[in-house]
Amino acid sequence: MKGKKSKREQKEWLYGLLFASPWILGFLAFSVYPLISSLYYSFTKFNAVTAPKWVGLANFKDVFSDPLVWKSLLNTLFMAFVSTPVNLMVALLLACIVIKNFRGRGLVRTAFFLPSVIPMVAATMVWIWMFDPTYGYINNVLQFFGISGPAWLLDSHYTKWALVLMGTWNTGTTMLVCMAALQSVPNSYYESAEIDGAGVVKRFIYITLPCVAHVIVYQAILSIINSFQYFQQVYIIVTANAGVKGGSAAGGPENSILMYPLYIFHNAFTYLKMGKASAMAWLLFIVVAILTVFMTKVTKKVTEDAGGE
Amino acid sequence: MNKLVLKRKVNEVCFFVLVLLLVIVFISPFMVMVLTAFKTNSDAFTIPVRLLPRKWVAENFPAAFAAIPYFRYMGNTIFITVLSVIGQLLITPIVAYSLAKIKWKGADILSGLVMATMMIPITVTMVPLYKIYAKLGLTNTYVPLILPTFFGKAFYIVIVRQFFNGIPDSLIEAAKIDGANHFTCYGRIAMPLCKPVLTTIGIYAFLDAWSDYLYPLIFITKPEKYTLSLGLQQYMSEYSVDWARLMAAALVFVLPVILCFAIFQKNFVEGIATSGLKA
Repeated sequence: MKGKKSKREQKEWLYGLLFASPWILGFLAFSVYPLISSLYYSFTKFNAVTAPKWVGLANFKDVFSDPLVWKSLLNTLFMAFVSTPVNLMVALLLACIVIKNFRGRGLVRTAFFLPSVIPMVAATMVWIWMFDPTYGYINNVLQFFGISGPAWLLDSHYTKWALVLMGTWNTGTTMLVCMAALQSVPNSYYESAEIDGAGVVKRFIYITLPCVAHVIVYQAILSIINSFQYFQQVYIIVTANAGVKGGSAAGGPENSILMYPLYIFHNAFTYLKMGKASAMAWLLFIVVAILTVFMTKVTKKVTEDAGGE
Repeated sequence: MNKLVLKRKVNEVCFFVLVLLLVIVFISPFMVMVLTAFKTNSDAFTIPVRLLPRKWVAENFPAAFAAIPYFRYMGNTIFITVLSVIGQLLITPIVAYSLAKIKWKGADILSGLVMATMMIPITVTMVPLYKIYAKLGLTNTYVPLILPTFFGKAFYIVIVRQFFNGIPDSLIEAAKIDGANHFTCYGRIAMPLCKPVLTTIGIYAFLDAWSDYLYPLIFITKPEKYTLSLGLQQYMSEYSVDWARLMAAALVFVLPVILCFAIFQKNFVEGIATSGLKA
Protein backbone atom coordinates (compact mmCIF):
# COMPACT_ATOMS: atom_id res chain seq x y z
CA MET A 1 0.00 0.00 0.00
CA LYS A 2 2.73 2.42 1.03
CA GLY A 3 4.89 1.52 -1.92
CA LYS A 4 2.00 2.16 -4.26
CA LYS A 5 1.42 5.60 -2.78
CA SER A 6 5.00 6.65 -3.12
CA LYS A 7 4.98 5.41 -6.68
CA ARG A 8 2.01 7.60 -7.36
CA GLU A 9 3.78 10.50 -5.67
CA GLN A 10 6.78 9.87 -7.83
CA LYS A 11 4.61 10.00 -10.90
CA GLU A 12 3.12 13.30 -9.82
CA TRP A 13 6.62 14.61 -9.26
CA LEU A 14 7.59 13.67 -12.78
CA TYR A 15 4.50 15.26 -14.26
CA GLY A 16 4.98 18.38 -12.18
CA LEU A 17 8.57 18.73 -13.23
CA LEU A 18 7.74 18.03 -16.86
CA PHE A 19 4.98 20.64 -17.02
CA ALA A 20 7.05 23.23 -15.19
CA SER A 21 10.23 22.48 -17.11
CA PRO A 22 9.92 25.32 -19.66
CA TRP A 23 9.84 27.86 -16.89
CA ILE A 24 12.61 26.13 -14.94
CA LEU A 25 14.85 26.15 -18.01
CA GLY A 26 14.02 29.79 -18.67
CA PHE A 27 14.67 30.60 -15.03
CA LEU A 28 18.11 29.00 -15.22
CA ALA A 29 18.97 30.62 -18.54
CA PHE A 30 17.47 34.09 -18.15
CA SER A 31 17.68 34.66 -14.39
CA VAL A 32 20.11 32.39 -12.54
CA TYR A 33 22.91 32.36 -15.07
CA PRO A 34 22.85 36.15 -15.68
CA LEU A 35 22.70 36.83 -11.95
CA ILE A 36 25.73 34.68 -11.22
CA SER A 37 27.78 35.88 -14.14
CA SER A 38 26.85 39.46 -13.31
CA LEU A 39 28.30 38.89 -9.85
CA TYR A 40 31.46 37.49 -11.42
CA TYR A 41 31.64 40.37 -13.91
CA SER A 42 31.43 42.88 -11.09
CA PHE A 43 34.94 41.79 -10.06
CA THR A 44 36.31 42.08 -13.59
CA LYS A 45 37.08 44.70 -16.15
CA PHE A 46 35.82 44.27 -19.70
CA ASN A 47 33.89 45.80 -22.54
CA ALA A 48 31.80 44.31 -25.31
CA VAL A 49 34.89 43.13 -27.19
CA THR A 50 37.52 42.17 -24.63
CA ALA A 51 37.31 39.20 -22.28
CA PRO A 52 36.68 39.85 -18.57
CA LYS A 53 39.85 40.37 -16.55
CA TRP A 54 39.82 39.89 -12.77
CA VAL A 55 40.40 43.18 -10.91
CA GLY A 56 39.15 42.33 -7.44
CA LEU A 57 37.26 45.09 -5.68
CA ALA A 58 38.40 47.85 -8.03
CA ASN A 59 34.93 48.28 -9.57
CA PHE A 60 33.29 48.69 -6.19
CA LYS A 61 35.91 51.24 -5.13
CA ASP A 62 35.23 53.04 -8.39
CA VAL A 63 31.48 52.94 -7.74
CA PHE A 64 31.69 54.29 -4.21
CA SER A 65 34.08 57.09 -5.14
CA ASP A 66 32.12 58.19 -8.21
CA PRO A 67 30.11 61.32 -7.30
CA LEU A 68 27.69 60.60 -10.16
CA VAL A 69 26.75 57.29 -8.55
CA TRP A 70 25.72 59.14 -5.41
CA LYS A 71 23.96 61.79 -7.43
CA SER A 72 22.02 59.14 -9.33
CA LEU A 73 21.19 57.37 -6.10
CA LEU A 74 19.79 60.59 -4.62
CA ASN A 75 17.74 61.19 -7.75
CA THR A 76 16.37 57.67 -7.54
CA LEU A 77 15.56 58.04 -3.85
CA PHE A 78 13.72 61.25 -4.67
CA MET A 79 11.54 59.39 -7.14
CA ALA A 80 11.00 56.55 -4.68
CA PHE A 81 9.94 58.71 -1.77
CA VAL A 82 8.19 61.61 -3.48
CA SER A 83 6.56 59.87 -6.40
CA THR A 84 5.32 56.91 -4.37
CA PRO A 85 3.12 58.77 -1.87
CA VAL A 86 1.89 61.17 -4.55
CA ASN A 87 0.93 58.31 -6.85
CA LEU A 88 -0.75 56.38 -4.06
CA MET A 89 -2.83 59.36 -3.03
CA VAL A 90 -3.87 60.00 -6.60
CA ALA A 91 -4.67 56.32 -7.13
CA LEU A 92 -6.71 56.20 -3.95
CA LEU A 93 -8.60 59.35 -4.90
CA LEU A 94 -9.37 57.96 -8.36
CA ALA A 95 -10.43 54.63 -6.86
CA CYS A 96 -12.76 56.37 -4.39
CA ILE A 97 -14.37 58.13 -7.34
CA VAL A 98 -14.86 55.16 -9.63
CA ILE A 99 -16.36 52.88 -6.97
CA LYS A 100 -19.19 55.37 -6.57
CA ASN A 101 -22.34 54.78 -8.51
CA PHE A 102 -22.97 57.54 -11.00
CA ARG A 103 -23.83 57.91 -14.63
CA GLY A 104 -20.84 57.74 -16.96
CA ARG A 105 -18.78 55.91 -14.37
CA GLY A 106 -17.50 53.40 -16.94
CA LEU A 107 -16.21 56.19 -19.17
CA VAL A 108 -14.53 57.92 -16.26
CA ARG A 109 -12.82 54.71 -15.27
CA THR A 110 -11.63 54.25 -18.83
CA ALA A 111 -10.22 57.77 -18.88
CA PHE A 112 -8.28 57.09 -15.67
CA PHE A 113 -7.02 53.69 -16.70
CA LEU A 114 -6.28 54.10 -20.40
CA PRO A 115 -2.97 55.98 -19.87
CA SER A 116 -1.52 52.89 -18.20
CA VAL A 117 -1.80 50.81 -21.35
CA ILE A 118 -0.31 53.40 -23.69
CA PRO A 119 3.17 52.34 -24.86
CA MET A 120 5.63 54.18 -22.73
CA VAL A 121 7.67 55.57 -25.60
CA ALA A 122 4.66 57.28 -27.11
CA ALA A 123 3.42 58.51 -23.74
CA THR A 124 6.80 59.92 -22.76
CA MET A 125 7.13 61.72 -26.07
CA VAL A 126 3.74 63.38 -25.69
CA TRP A 127 4.78 64.52 -22.23
CA ILE A 128 8.07 65.92 -23.51
CA TRP A 129 6.05 67.92 -26.01
CA MET A 130 3.58 69.03 -23.36
CA PHE A 131 6.46 70.14 -21.13
CA ASP A 132 7.87 72.40 -23.84
CA PRO A 133 8.43 75.72 -22.04
CA THR A 134 7.04 77.96 -24.79
CA TYR A 135 4.84 75.88 -27.05
CA GLY A 136 3.87 73.11 -24.66
CA TYR A 137 0.34 72.42 -23.46
CA ILE A 138 1.09 72.68 -19.76
CA ASN A 139 2.70 76.09 -19.69
CA ASN A 140 0.05 77.48 -22.00
CA VAL A 141 -2.70 76.23 -19.73
CA LEU A 142 -0.84 77.73 -16.77
CA GLN A 143 -0.49 80.99 -18.65
CA PHE A 144 -4.21 81.00 -19.25
CA PHE A 145 -4.57 81.20 -15.48
CA GLY A 146 -1.91 83.88 -15.26
CA ILE A 147 0.87 81.62 -14.04
CA SER A 148 4.14 81.60 -15.88
CA GLY A 149 5.36 78.02 -15.85
CA PRO A 150 8.93 76.83 -15.44
CA ALA A 151 11.08 75.27 -18.17
CA TRP A 152 10.27 71.82 -16.74
CA LEU A 153 12.56 69.28 -18.42
CA LEU A 154 15.15 71.93 -19.25
CA ASP A 155 15.48 73.37 -15.76
CA SER A 156 17.28 71.17 -13.25
CA HIS A 157 15.08 72.47 -10.41
CA TYR A 158 11.94 71.19 -12.07
CA THR A 159 12.98 68.08 -14.01
CA LYS A 160 12.18 65.64 -11.22
CA TRP A 161 8.88 67.34 -10.44
CA ALA A 162 8.02 66.97 -14.11
CA LEU A 163 8.69 63.25 -13.75
CA VAL A 164 6.48 63.09 -10.67
CA LEU A 165 3.69 64.82 -12.56
CA MET A 166 4.14 62.48 -15.50
CA GLY A 167 4.01 59.52 -13.12
CA THR A 168 0.60 60.45 -11.76
CA TRP A 169 -0.80 59.92 -15.25
CA ASN A 170 0.16 56.27 -14.93
CA THR A 171 -1.63 55.37 -11.73
CA GLY A 172 -4.37 53.40 -13.47
CA THR A 173 -3.19 49.96 -12.41
CA THR A 174 -2.71 51.04 -8.80
CA MET A 175 -6.17 52.56 -8.98
CA LEU A 176 -7.64 49.21 -10.02
CA VAL A 177 -5.91 47.40 -7.16
CA CYS A 178 -7.12 50.03 -4.69
CA MET A 179 -10.58 49.75 -6.19
CA ALA A 180 -10.70 46.01 -5.57
CA ALA A 181 -9.55 46.61 -2.00
CA LEU A 182 -12.13 49.32 -1.37
CA GLN A 183 -14.90 47.13 -2.69
CA SER A 184 -13.95 44.41 -0.23
CA VAL A 185 -14.76 46.65 2.75
CA PRO A 186 -18.12 45.46 4.10
CA ASN A 187 -20.87 48.00 3.62
CA SER A 188 -22.24 47.32 7.09
CA TYR A 189 -19.17 49.02 8.60
CA TYR A 190 -20.09 52.25 6.88
CA GLU A 191 -23.74 51.95 7.76
CA SER A 192 -23.14 51.53 11.47
CA ALA A 193 -20.63 54.39 11.41
CA GLU A 194 -23.15 56.59 9.70
CA ILE A 195 -25.67 55.77 12.40
CA ASP A 196 -23.07 56.78 14.97
CA GLY A 197 -22.80 60.08 13.13
CA ALA A 198 -19.36 59.76 11.55
CA GLY A 199 -18.80 62.09 8.60
CA VAL A 200 -17.18 61.29 5.26
CA VAL A 201 -13.67 62.18 6.42
CA LYS A 202 -13.96 60.26 9.69
CA ARG A 203 -15.37 57.25 7.91
CA PHE A 204 -12.46 57.35 5.48
CA ILE A 205 -9.83 57.61 8.22
CA TYR A 206 -11.30 55.12 10.70
CA ILE A 207 -12.87 52.55 8.41
CA THR A 208 -11.59 52.72 4.86
CA LEU A 209 -7.89 53.27 5.56
CA PRO A 210 -7.44 50.48 8.13
CA CYS A 211 -9.36 48.06 5.92
CA VAL A 212 -7.19 48.68 2.87
CA ALA A 213 -3.94 49.36 4.74
CA HIS A 214 -2.27 46.09 3.76
CA VAL A 215 -2.94 46.77 0.08
CA ILE A 216 -1.57 50.28 0.34
CA VAL A 217 1.57 49.16 2.15
CA TYR A 218 2.11 46.46 -0.48
CA GLN A 219 1.61 48.91 -3.31
CA ALA A 220 3.90 51.46 -1.64
CA ILE A 221 6.76 49.02 -1.36
CA LEU A 222 6.14 47.73 -4.87
CA SER A 223 6.23 51.30 -6.10
CA ILE A 224 9.51 51.95 -4.28
CA ILE A 225 10.99 48.82 -5.84
CA ASN A 226 9.79 50.00 -9.24
CA SER A 227 11.39 53.40 -8.63
CA PHE A 228 14.72 51.66 -8.29
CA GLN A 229 14.18 50.38 -11.80
CA TYR A 230 12.91 53.68 -13.19
CA PHE A 231 14.79 53.89 -16.41
CA GLN A 232 13.02 54.01 -19.73
CA GLN A 233 11.23 57.32 -19.31
CA VAL A 234 14.38 59.17 -18.31
CA TYR A 235 16.35 57.48 -21.06
CA ILE A 236 13.85 58.71 -23.63
CA ILE A 237 13.82 62.22 -22.19
CA VAL A 238 17.58 62.39 -22.03
CA THR A 239 18.04 61.17 -25.59
CA ALA A 240 15.33 63.52 -26.81
CA ASN A 241 17.21 66.39 -25.21
CA ALA A 242 20.53 65.21 -26.54
CA GLY A 243 19.31 64.56 -30.07
CA VAL A 244 20.85 61.31 -31.14
CA LYS A 245 20.47 57.85 -29.61
CA GLY A 246 23.19 57.50 -27.01
CA GLY A 247 24.66 60.69 -28.43
CA SER A 248 25.65 62.25 -25.18
CA ALA A 249 26.58 61.14 -21.72
CA ALA A 250 23.53 62.96 -20.58
CA GLY A 251 21.57 62.68 -17.40
CA GLY A 252 19.41 65.70 -18.12
CA PRO A 253 20.19 69.26 -17.06
CA GLU A 254 22.98 69.09 -14.45
CA ASN A 255 22.37 65.34 -14.31
CA SER A 256 19.20 66.06 -12.39
CA ILE A 257 17.39 63.06 -13.86
CA LEU A 258 20.36 60.75 -13.98
CA MET A 259 18.65 57.80 -12.31
CA TYR A 260 20.67 54.93 -10.89
CA PRO A 261 19.54 52.40 -13.55
CA LEU A 262 20.17 54.98 -16.29
CA TYR A 263 23.71 55.39 -15.03
CA ILE A 264 24.13 51.61 -15.07
CA PHE A 265 22.93 51.56 -18.65
CA HIS A 266 25.31 54.36 -19.64
CA ASN A 267 28.21 52.61 -17.96
CA ALA A 268 27.42 49.35 -19.71
CA PHE A 269 26.52 50.48 -23.19
CA THR A 270 27.75 54.07 -23.59
CA TYR A 271 31.06 54.04 -21.72
CA LEU A 272 31.46 50.26 -22.14
CA LYS A 273 32.55 49.88 -18.52
CA MET A 274 30.64 46.64 -18.17
CA GLY A 275 32.44 45.55 -15.00
CA LYS A 276 31.51 48.74 -13.20
CA ALA A 277 27.96 48.48 -14.53
CA SER A 278 27.73 44.95 -13.14
CA ALA A 279 29.00 46.10 -9.75
CA MET A 280 26.39 48.87 -9.66
CA ALA A 281 23.71 46.44 -10.81
CA TRP A 282 24.52 43.95 -8.09
CA LEU A 283 24.32 46.62 -5.41
CA LEU A 284 20.90 47.49 -6.83
CA PHE A 285 19.92 43.84 -6.81
CA ILE A 286 20.78 43.52 -3.12
CA VAL A 287 18.69 46.58 -2.25
CA VAL A 288 15.73 45.32 -4.28
CA ALA A 289 16.03 41.84 -2.76
CA ILE A 290 15.97 43.27 0.77
CA LEU A 291 12.97 45.44 -0.10
CA THR A 292 11.16 42.44 -1.58
CA VAL A 293 11.67 40.32 1.53
CA PHE A 294 10.59 43.29 3.63
CA MET A 295 7.50 43.68 1.44
CA THR A 296 6.33 40.10 1.90
CA LYS A 297 6.99 40.26 5.66
CA VAL A 298 5.18 43.56 6.15
CA THR A 299 2.15 42.61 4.10
CA LYS A 300 1.90 39.33 5.95
CA LYS A 301 2.03 41.13 9.29
CA VAL A 302 -0.41 43.85 8.28
CA THR A 303 -2.81 41.25 6.93
CA GLU A 304 -2.58 39.24 10.13
CA ASP A 305 -3.12 42.35 12.25
CA ALA A 306 -6.19 43.13 10.23
CA GLY A 307 -7.50 39.69 11.09
CA GLY A 308 -6.46 37.91 7.93
CA GLU A 309 -8.05 38.09 4.57
CA MET B 1 -34.89 69.29 5.72
CA ASN B 2 -34.39 71.83 2.96
CA LYS B 3 -30.92 72.50 4.25
CA LEU B 4 -30.08 68.82 3.97
CA VAL B 5 -31.26 68.68 0.37
CA LEU B 6 -29.24 71.78 -0.42
CA LYS B 7 -26.14 70.31 1.19
CA ARG B 8 -26.57 67.18 -0.85
CA LYS B 9 -26.94 69.18 -4.05
CA VAL B 10 -23.77 71.16 -3.27
CA ASN B 11 -21.92 67.94 -2.60
CA GLU B 12 -23.09 66.50 -5.89
CA VAL B 13 -21.96 69.56 -7.81
CA CYS B 14 -18.56 69.53 -6.10
CA PHE B 15 -18.15 65.87 -6.94
CA PHE B 16 -19.14 66.47 -10.54
CA VAL B 17 -16.65 69.35 -10.91
CA LEU B 18 -13.85 67.30 -9.35
CA VAL B 19 -14.50 64.35 -11.66
CA LEU B 20 -14.75 66.59 -14.70
CA LEU B 21 -11.45 68.29 -13.86
CA LEU B 22 -9.68 64.98 -13.32
CA VAL B 23 -11.04 63.55 -16.55
CA ILE B 24 -9.83 66.60 -18.46
CA VAL B 25 -6.39 66.25 -16.90
CA PHE B 26 -6.22 62.55 -17.74
CA ILE B 27 -7.31 62.87 -21.35
CA SER B 28 -5.18 65.95 -22.02
CA PRO B 29 -2.16 64.03 -23.35
CA PHE B 30 -4.41 62.14 -25.78
CA MET B 31 -5.95 65.39 -26.85
CA VAL B 32 -2.56 67.00 -27.38
CA MET B 33 -1.38 63.99 -29.38
CA VAL B 34 -4.38 63.96 -31.70
CA LEU B 35 -4.62 67.72 -32.13
CA THR B 36 -0.91 68.14 -32.80
CA ALA B 37 -1.02 65.34 -35.35
CA PHE B 38 -3.51 67.36 -37.36
CA LYS B 39 -1.61 70.65 -37.16
CA THR B 40 1.10 71.84 -39.48
CA ASN B 41 4.40 72.01 -37.64
CA SER B 42 4.58 75.77 -38.09
CA ASP B 43 1.10 76.01 -36.64
CA ALA B 44 2.29 74.17 -33.53
CA PHE B 45 5.13 76.68 -33.22
CA THR B 46 3.11 79.87 -33.70
CA ILE B 47 2.44 82.24 -30.83
CA PRO B 48 -0.18 82.56 -29.47
CA VAL B 49 -0.34 78.80 -29.11
CA ARG B 50 -3.78 77.47 -29.93
CA LEU B 51 -5.14 74.18 -28.69
CA LEU B 52 -7.06 73.49 -31.89
CA PRO B 53 -5.34 73.46 -35.27
CA ARG B 54 -5.73 76.73 -37.15
CA LYS B 55 -6.09 74.58 -40.21
CA TRP B 56 -6.79 70.84 -39.99
CA VAL B 57 -4.31 68.94 -42.14
CA ALA B 58 -3.74 65.23 -42.69
CA GLU B 59 -0.41 65.61 -44.48
CA ASN B 60 1.58 64.77 -41.33
CA PHE B 61 0.66 61.13 -41.68
CA PRO B 62 2.10 60.46 -45.17
CA ALA B 63 5.03 62.73 -44.32
CA ALA B 64 5.71 60.79 -41.13
CA PHE B 65 5.55 57.45 -42.93
CA ALA B 66 7.99 58.72 -45.54
CA ALA B 67 10.47 60.30 -43.14
CA ILE B 68 11.52 56.98 -41.62
CA PRO B 69 10.96 53.38 -42.83
CA TYR B 70 7.76 53.36 -40.82
CA PHE B 71 6.08 50.36 -42.38
CA ARG B 72 9.22 48.27 -42.21
CA TYR B 73 9.40 49.02 -38.48
CA MET B 74 5.76 48.19 -38.16
CA GLY B 75 6.34 44.88 -39.93
CA ASN B 76 9.24 44.12 -37.59
CA THR B 77 7.08 44.95 -34.59
CA ILE B 78 4.19 42.82 -35.83
CA PHE B 79 6.52 39.87 -36.46
CA ILE B 80 7.93 40.04 -32.93
CA THR B 81 4.51 40.60 -31.39
CA VAL B 82 2.83 37.65 -33.11
CA LEU B 83 5.57 35.21 -32.15
CA SER B 84 5.69 36.53 -28.58
CA VAL B 85 1.96 36.10 -28.13
CA ILE B 86 2.12 32.56 -29.49
CA GLY B 87 4.99 31.74 -27.15
CA GLN B 88 3.27 33.07 -24.05
CA LEU B 89 -0.06 31.42 -24.85
CA LEU B 90 1.62 28.09 -25.47
CA ILE B 91 3.77 27.92 -22.36
CA THR B 92 2.06 29.93 -19.62
CA PRO B 93 -0.92 27.59 -18.99
CA ILE B 94 1.27 24.49 -18.96
CA VAL B 95 3.49 25.90 -16.23
CA ALA B 96 0.54 27.30 -14.32
CA TYR B 97 -1.14 23.88 -14.47
CA SER B 98 1.90 22.30 -12.88
CA LEU B 99 1.89 24.87 -10.08
CA ALA B 100 -1.83 24.74 -9.36
CA LYS B 101 -3.16 21.35 -10.29
CA ILE B 102 -0.38 18.79 -9.95
CA LYS B 103 0.18 17.72 -6.36
CA TRP B 104 3.93 17.78 -6.01
CA LYS B 105 6.19 19.39 -3.48
CA GLY B 106 8.02 21.46 -6.07
CA ALA B 107 4.88 23.45 -6.78
CA ASP B 108 5.15 25.61 -3.66
CA ILE B 109 8.84 26.26 -4.06
CA LEU B 110 8.43 27.11 -7.72
CA SER B 111 5.49 29.41 -7.03
CA GLY B 112 7.70 31.37 -4.66
CA LEU B 113 10.50 31.48 -7.20
CA VAL B 114 8.15 32.66 -9.92
CA MET B 115 7.08 35.57 -7.73
CA ALA B 116 10.69 36.30 -6.85
CA THR B 117 11.86 36.53 -10.46
CA MET B 118 9.42 39.36 -11.05
CA MET B 119 11.57 41.47 -8.78
CA ILE B 120 14.91 40.85 -10.50
CA PRO B 121 15.94 44.17 -12.05
CA ILE B 122 16.61 43.91 -15.76
CA THR B 123 19.66 46.14 -15.25
CA VAL B 124 21.30 43.22 -13.43
CA THR B 125 20.67 40.65 -16.12
CA MET B 126 21.15 42.81 -19.21
CA VAL B 127 24.95 42.79 -19.36
CA PRO B 128 25.37 39.00 -19.16
CA LEU B 129 22.47 38.45 -21.55
CA TYR B 130 23.96 40.93 -23.99
CA LYS B 131 27.30 39.17 -23.72
CA ILE B 132 25.83 35.74 -24.47
CA TYR B 133 23.72 36.90 -27.36
CA ALA B 134 26.67 38.83 -28.79
CA LYS B 135 28.84 35.74 -28.53
CA LEU B 136 26.22 33.67 -30.34
CA GLY B 137 25.93 36.36 -33.00
CA LEU B 138 22.30 36.94 -32.11
CA THR B 139 22.34 40.68 -31.44
CA ASN B 140 20.53 42.53 -34.20
CA THR B 141 18.25 39.54 -34.61
CA TYR B 142 14.88 39.15 -32.91
CA VAL B 143 15.93 36.01 -31.01
CA PRO B 144 16.70 37.90 -27.78
CA LEU B 145 13.26 39.51 -27.92
CA ILE B 146 11.24 36.41 -28.81
CA LEU B 147 13.06 33.50 -27.19
CA PRO B 148 12.21 34.39 -23.56
CA THR B 149 8.49 34.38 -24.37
CA PHE B 150 8.69 30.63 -25.01
CA PHE B 151 9.76 30.01 -21.41
CA GLY B 152 6.85 31.62 -19.60
CA LYS B 153 6.64 35.03 -18.00
CA ALA B 154 6.18 35.16 -14.24
CA PHE B 155 3.38 37.71 -14.21
CA TYR B 156 1.26 35.70 -16.64
CA ILE B 157 1.95 32.43 -14.86
CA VAL B 158 0.74 33.97 -11.60
CA ILE B 159 -2.51 35.12 -13.22
CA VAL B 160 -3.26 31.75 -14.83
CA ARG B 161 -2.27 29.85 -11.68
CA GLN B 162 -4.71 31.99 -9.73
CA PHE B 163 -7.37 31.05 -12.26
CA PHE B 164 -6.57 27.33 -12.05
CA ASN B 165 -6.75 27.51 -8.27
CA GLY B 166 -10.41 28.40 -8.72
CA ILE B 167 -11.11 25.18 -10.60
CA PRO B 168 -12.14 22.40 -8.19
CA ASP B 169 -9.55 19.65 -7.81
CA SER B 170 -12.38 17.14 -7.93
CA LEU B 171 -12.75 17.72 -11.67
CA ILE B 172 -9.18 16.59 -12.25
CA GLU B 173 -9.41 13.82 -9.64
CA ALA B 174 -12.53 12.39 -11.25
CA ALA B 175 -10.87 12.28 -14.64
CA LYS B 176 -7.83 10.63 -13.12
CA ILE B 177 -9.93 7.91 -11.54
CA ASP B 178 -11.25 7.25 -15.02
CA GLY B 179 -7.67 6.60 -16.02
CA ALA B 180 -6.73 9.94 -17.54
CA ASN B 181 -3.17 11.15 -17.10
CA HIS B 182 -2.16 14.78 -16.69
CA PHE B 183 -1.79 15.33 -20.42
CA THR B 184 -5.41 14.40 -20.99
CA CYS B 185 -6.55 16.33 -17.94
CA TYR B 186 -4.71 19.37 -19.17
CA GLY B 187 -5.90 19.09 -22.75
CA ARG B 188 -9.51 18.09 -22.07
CA ILE B 189 -10.35 19.87 -18.84
CA ALA B 190 -7.94 22.64 -17.87
CA MET B 191 -7.27 24.14 -21.30
CA PRO B 192 -10.90 24.53 -22.39
CA LEU B 193 -11.74 26.07 -19.03
CA CYS B 194 -9.02 28.66 -19.08
CA LYS B 195 -9.93 30.24 -22.40
CA PRO B 196 -11.10 33.52 -20.83
CA VAL B 197 -7.91 33.95 -18.83
CA LEU B 198 -5.88 33.07 -21.91
CA THR B 199 -7.53 35.98 -23.68
CA THR B 200 -6.26 38.20 -20.90
CA ILE B 201 -2.76 36.77 -21.19
CA GLY B 202 -2.83 37.16 -24.95
CA ILE B 203 -3.73 40.82 -24.63
CA TYR B 204 -1.02 41.48 -22.07
CA ALA B 205 1.51 39.66 -24.23
CA PHE B 206 0.46 41.69 -27.25
CA LEU B 207 0.79 44.93 -25.31
CA ASP B 208 4.12 44.01 -23.80
CA ALA B 209 5.66 43.00 -27.10
CA TRP B 210 4.17 45.90 -29.04
CA SER B 211 5.38 48.54 -26.59
CA ASP B 212 8.64 46.92 -25.51
CA TYR B 213 11.43 49.43 -25.58
CA LEU B 214 14.22 48.17 -23.35
CA TYR B 215 14.99 44.86 -25.05
CA PRO B 216 15.08 46.35 -28.56
CA LEU B 217 17.20 49.17 -27.20
CA ILE B 218 19.76 46.74 -25.80
CA PHE B 219 19.84 44.14 -28.55
CA ILE B 220 18.96 45.99 -31.76
CA THR B 221 21.37 48.58 -33.07
CA LYS B 222 20.93 48.33 -36.83
CA PRO B 223 18.36 50.93 -37.94
CA GLU B 224 16.73 48.61 -40.48
CA LYS B 225 15.99 46.13 -37.68
CA TYR B 226 14.34 48.71 -35.40
CA THR B 227 10.92 48.20 -33.94
CA LEU B 228 8.42 51.04 -33.95
CA SER B 229 9.16 51.97 -30.36
CA LEU B 230 12.82 52.50 -31.25
CA GLY B 231 12.03 54.03 -34.62
CA LEU B 232 9.91 56.81 -33.16
CA GLN B 233 13.05 58.37 -31.78
CA GLN B 234 14.37 58.97 -35.25
CA TYR B 235 12.01 61.92 -35.55
CA MET B 236 13.98 63.44 -32.74
CA SER B 237 17.41 62.95 -34.16
CA GLU B 238 17.30 66.16 -36.14
CA TYR B 239 18.28 69.46 -34.61
CA SER B 240 14.70 70.39 -33.88
CA VAL B 241 11.84 67.99 -33.47
CA ASP B 242 9.01 67.94 -35.99
CA TRP B 243 6.36 67.44 -33.35
CA ALA B 244 3.44 67.33 -35.77
CA ARG B 245 4.94 64.39 -37.63
CA LEU B 246 6.10 62.69 -34.47
CA MET B 247 2.63 62.91 -32.95
CA ALA B 248 1.08 61.56 -36.16
CA ALA B 249 3.49 58.63 -36.11
CA ALA B 250 2.93 58.05 -32.39
CA LEU B 251 -0.82 58.15 -32.89
CA VAL B 252 -0.71 55.36 -35.47
CA PHE B 253 1.60 53.41 -33.16
CA VAL B 254 -0.78 53.79 -30.22
CA LEU B 255 -4.02 53.17 -32.11
CA PRO B 256 -3.91 49.33 -32.09
CA VAL B 257 -3.38 49.44 -28.34
CA ILE B 258 -6.36 51.71 -27.79
CA LEU B 259 -8.51 49.55 -30.06
CA CYS B 260 -7.47 46.43 -28.23
CA PHE B 261 -8.25 48.11 -24.94
CA ALA B 262 -11.65 49.26 -26.16
CA ILE B 263 -12.59 45.71 -27.12
CA PHE B 264 -11.09 43.83 -24.18
CA GLN B 265 -11.36 46.34 -21.34
CA LYS B 266 -12.89 43.74 -19.05
CA ASN B 267 -9.93 41.40 -19.41
CA PHE B 268 -7.47 44.15 -18.54
CA VAL B 269 -9.28 45.00 -15.38
CA GLU B 270 -9.69 41.38 -14.29
CA GLY B 271 -6.04 40.48 -14.79
CA ILE B 272 -4.87 43.24 -12.50
CA ALA B 273 -7.64 42.88 -9.98
CA THR B 274 -7.08 39.13 -9.50
CA SER B 275 -3.33 39.31 -9.20
CA GLY B 276 -3.04 42.58 -7.31
CA LEU B 277 0.08 43.25 -9.30
CA LYS B 278 1.35 45.43 -12.04
CA ALA B 279 2.60 44.09 -15.32
